[in-house]
Amino acid sequence: MILRRLSLINYRNYESAEVEFSPRINVLVGANGSGKTNLLDAVYYLSFTRSSRQPLDSLNVRHGQDHFSIRGDFEIRDRRDTVTVVLQPGARKSVRVNGSEYSRLSDHIGKYPVVLADPDDVDLIREGGEIRRRFFDILISQVDAIYLENLMRYNNLLKQRNSLLRLAGGRPDTLALESYDGLMAAPAAYIYQQRKAFLGRFIPVFDRYFRFLVDEHETASVEYVSGLDEMTLEEGMQRNRERDLVLQRTNFGVHRDDFRFLLGTSEMKKFGSQGQRKTMVIAMRLAQWDLIGADKGFRPILLLDDIFDKLDDHRIAKLLELMRNAFGQLFVTDARPDRTAGLLRNVNADVSVYTVSQGTITLQQ
Amino acid sequence: MDFSSRLIEEAVNQIARLPGIGKKTALRLVLHLVREKEELTLQLTEALNRLRTQIRFCKTCHNISDDEECAICRGPKRDRNVICVVEDVRDVMAIENTAQYNGLYHVLGGVISPVNGIGPADLNIESLVARLQSGQSTVNEVILALSPTLEGDTTAFYVHKRIQPTNVRVSVIARGVPVGGDLEYADEITLGRSILSRTQFS
Ligand SMILES: [Zn+2]
Repeated sequence: MILRRLSLINYRNYESAEVEFSPRINVLVGANGSGKTNLLDAVYYLSFTRSSRQPLDSLNVRHGQDHFSIRGDFEIRDRRDTVTVVLQPGARKSVRVNGSEYSRLSDHIGKYPVVLADPDDVDLIREGGEIRRRFFDILISQVDAIYLENLMRYNNLLKQRNSLLRLAGGRPDTLALESYDGLMAAPAAYIYQQRKAFLGRFIPVFDRYFRFLVDEHETASVEYVSGLDEMTLEEGMQRNRERDLVLQRTNFGVHRDDFRFLLGTSEMKKFGSQGQRKTMVIAMRLAQWDLIGADKGFRPILLLDDIFDKLDDHRIAKLLELMRNAFGQLFVTDARPDRTAGLLRNVNADVSVYTVSQGTITLQQ
Repeated sequence: MDFSSRLIEEAVNQIARLPGIGKKTALRLVLHLVREKEELTLQLTEALNRLRTQIRFCKTCHNISDDEECAICRGPKRDRNVICVVEDVRDVMAIENTAQYNGLYHVLGGVISPVNGIGPADLNIESLVARLQSGQSTVNEVILALSPTLEGDTTAFYVHKRIQPTNVRVSVIARGVPVGGDLEYADEITLGRSILSRTQFS
């Protein structure tokens, strides 16, 4: 998939901009705060119908304005699609493909796949389990629509069950709790099975990218840890009944699962160096890019936002090798133009370099 | 809005409290009443007064009723072997309109939704169990006709568990009803068919 042209009006720090892109490598250079990340964010927006940085849409409108629009001209094989997002005061956000509007924004997700790697990704290793579950849930949902249905059903039932635990001041109707346990059992089993099965596909790809980037001899992998490894949901609910009543929340289930990132046998969250962690999250994003591409039958757009920092020269060289040979369309930002120029001297591909400065984008000749 | 009459303003404000009626519509209704004969307003207010002071809920099935027990529960030709469990009185009306069902009803008065503060004890579930356990009960089948939502499913699951000890057969209406739609909005033919082709609860 290729983004040929992007037009912005009042999006974040852009008043009005229109830019044509290379089908291969697009490098955006400029100082921090110039708008490089906002440009990638606009591409992300066209794919996910939301910003990767700011969930509150009113704050994505340029200061002092009341509306924004983003328009992208995409090519997928021999298809040409124009995607537009318009936010106007007093109207709901409109997303259109070739002029026809979606009634449900969720129908758009996954049709124009984009993968973003940015410096915040290290949170995936550093932070709590919730962010890792989210990463895998979003990824599995992109390749399995039934997974998302089960996840939504499970989460809604969980919310009801937790409310029930609080409702009767610690003495809720036992039969009602059992009803929730019974209804949650099927979606929980599906989620558990699919997470397990998906990791079976994910790990080898992830390991391949990781070892390519670092010439590491140890294997990178992900261990899935779930209460359902030991017992069924209903058994687990039964065993945790007393705790649930005391804590007034549900202590067993797939919402407590975690994914542990391992190098050999050591857990990255506890023992990884900064460089190892950073390489690992890049490998995760590349595996994500790879698996979505395999599922869709075409290559997603890859956005690499400021990821050269804190990587050593060897890893950067390896990443460039991938950029030169493997990926489809790429967008790369860098705050240091000298570094990028040096790096790209050896890349023999169709490269366009843009200078971004205070909301304007200029193609370097 | 400036009404230039305190009486009009008061009436508009009262009517605008009803669901689905904004101030503009309320004003149109009020001006209509003022223009028409006084009788119209008096008949309307009397009907509303009687409705609110005399309406009752059936002591057996909780359907709306003019008497202590509703016309359906007292009906000499109704099939006393079947009870159809529904969320509210609108569902009774919808099912009656299909003319495909001749049994009795039990109105729960809602669905289980702890998020909205509604637990099983807030619904008419125990009175259903009592009906089934009463010595005079001739009921051998309970049909669960609840909306195909998460809350509807939860309620069906709960009611099924609760009445299981009575050994009465439990069935559910077929899901010909559009998913996510309330029974009230399903067309009569579809709803009638889904009652006839009900299946065992599982
Ligand atoms: Zn009755």
